[in-house]
Amino acid sequence: MENKPVIEARDLTIGYGEEIVMRGLNFRVQKGDIFIIMGGSGCGKSTLLKSIIGLLEPLAGKVLYGEKSFWEAEAPEQLKIMRRFGVLYQGGALWSSLTLAENIALPLEMYTQLRPKQVQDVVELKLALVGLSGYEDFYPAEISGGMRKRAGLARAMALDPDILFFDEPSAGLDPLSAKLLDDLILQLSDTLGTTVVMVTHELASIFAVGNNAIFLDREAKTMTAEGPPKQLLKDSRDERVIEFLTRGEKPARRA
Amino acid sequence: MPENNPQEKLAFTYPARGALRLVLSGDWQIASITPSLDEAIAELKTHPEVTEIAFESSQIGDWDTGLAAFLLKLARECERRKIRLSPEGLPQGAQKLLTLAQAVQEKEAPAPKVQEPFLTRVGDTAVKVWNEIKSLLDFLGELLVSFTRLLKGKAYIRKKDFKAIIQACGAEAFPLVSLISVLLGLILAFVGAMQLRMFGAQIFVADIVGIAMVRVMGAIMTGIIMTGRTGASFAAELGIMQTNEEIDALRTLGIPPVDFLILPRVLALVLMMPLLTLYSNLMGILGGYIIGVGMLELNPVEYFNRTQEAIGINNLWVGMVHSVVFGVIIAVSGCFRGIQCGRSAAAVGEATTSAVVTGITSIVVATAIITYICQLLGV
Ligand SMILES: Nc1ncnc2c1ncn2[C@@H]1O[C@H](COP(=O)(O)OP(=O)(O)OP(=O)(O)O)[C@@H](O)[C@H]1O
Ligand SMILES: [Mg+2]
Repeated sequence: MENKPVIEARDLTIGYGEEIVMRGLNFRVQKGDIFIIMGGSGCGKSTLLKSIIGLLEPLAGKVLYGEKSFWEAEAPEQLKIMRRFGVLYQGGALWSSLTLAENIALPLEMYTQLRPKQVQDVVELKLALVGLSGYEDFYPAEISGGMRKRAGLARAMALDPDILFFDEPSAGLDPLSAKLLDDLILQLSDTLGTTVVMVTHELASIFAVGNNAIFLDREAKTMTAEGPPKQLLKDSRDERVIEFLTRGEKPARRA
Repeated sequence: MPENNPQEKLAFTYPARGALRLVLSGDWQIASITPSLDEAIAELKTHPEVTEIAFESSQIGDWDTGLAAFLLKLARECERRKIRLSPEGLPQGAQKLLTLAQAVQEKEAPAPKVQEPFLTRVGDTAVKVWNEIKSLLDFLGELLVSFTRLLKGKAYIRKKDFKAIIQACGAEAFPLVSLISVLLGLILAFVGAMQLRMFGAQIFVADIVGIAMVRVMGAIMTGIIMTGRTGASFAAELGIMQTNEEIDALRTLGIPPVDFLILPRVLALVLMMPLLTLYSNLMGILGGYIIGVGMLELNPVEYFNRTQEAIGINNLWVGMVHSVVFGVIIAVSGCFRGIQCGRSAAAVGEATTSAVVTGITSIVVATAIITYICQLLGV
């Protein structure tokens, strides 16, 4: 694996207006990583994600994509960076006035020279990948929450992005669907080499798919651990990290 | 067993000086009446030497979180007064509930809302208004940029969406516009007729109705109807999209929400408003005609000719200018409030309300300005 990070955060401070949610965030996401952002509820995971994907300007610090600092780049440059990634939002965020097929076709129509027939084929493929064949003409309101999530994933993958961002992909799914989603993510990263950045507090997912992670601590207002989740579980000295990774069953008191 | 009388459920004893024991008896349930904390506080006030509180609950009947609520408040009060509270005498479950309620709290409890001093509030409001104006200007700027993109053929508008919006804010508005406009024509003619009849000048009813409708009333009525009908629906639609992160999803795909969602709405309304206004004028005149011919027994042909003479091309233009301006105002205030919307159901409601308020207020202001300009130009 090369050593040039795909995404790098440097001294990032994030928040809303004057209210700081997290400060001093430094981390690197390498190509092909499945990078997990974990932490307790309300600690600022979604906020961090928004700052990385260009929806919320950080209060200080930089987000680097390759060499380019996203928030210092000109608008066309930003667009070019954003074109490289797909995002799955916490609630799916499908466009409610469009059918599933149209939802997935929209980015394709925007950014590719494909003909309508070809677009149709790609749409069918993407829907099949997430197990939604036959639902092309359904509107988002007509399918279940879990299906909406999967359709959202299909849309996020529409342009075969280099980087996929997930905000709590398995929240609200039954354990089996959550497992299937994890498998899908693993396969994507395996076969297409997609880099994945995932916000989650689903322990099963964290250990199953994550090969690097950071832990955001709400009280310290910064990240207190970084590393592969399994190693963190073994080696971390931070009580709150251990508590989180063991669901509080092993309030670690190790020397 | 004590009656359902709050006073008898709570008694105070003093096993030692400075040690208060609360004797609880009877039912302590949410649905039943439980003693209020005030009694305990009053007791503490008359005995300032108390440093420790214990409980005696062997006589207690059924209890639920009603008891726990009382205990939590008492515990907070004790903390304030630096009194030690020993929960041992309470039922086991109640002790646990109390511990639970006092345990994990969100680290930084939100600061209690206090009424700010008057000047601070004035200042805050001024800043808020200023920020509002700034973001409105931002919004208009974005819209303008998007419009130039459209002229260059670079904006991404889906024809299907555009047609649907045209349909919703044009064709589907006809029935309501007809109803209100005919009514307005009837009223104008009727009130006019009562006065004009005194001079035997009934035929001028045609002038009154024609000029009033075409020059301004048609546009204003249509404007107000469309604010309530379409402006509100724009705000609600966009507000819900904001809540569902649909707008974020557009942004991260690099599709400007302004192109995709707002421009088609503004264009559709700006196209439809003049048409609806023309139609409203016609309906208003029809209303006048019904009174004129039906009630005042004027000659139909004469009424028609009189109307035609009175209206004149200038009035028609003034009316059309109104309608286009109102179209922009309604669409912009609806979309602006929708995009500004917060991320909750209540916020969507507020966005809708303020879209209508902003729309109607702006229509009134714009009418005044246009009227003034017309006066200057002498049209
Ligand atoms: N739009 C906003 N304006 C102001 N503060 C916000 C806003 N959104 C979130 N916050 C605050 O920022 C903090 C972090 O919120 P965030 O949504 O990032 O948490 P999270 O880690 O994603 O939580 P969860 O796991 O519950 O989704 C919270 O304290 C929240 O109150
Ligand atoms: Mg979140």
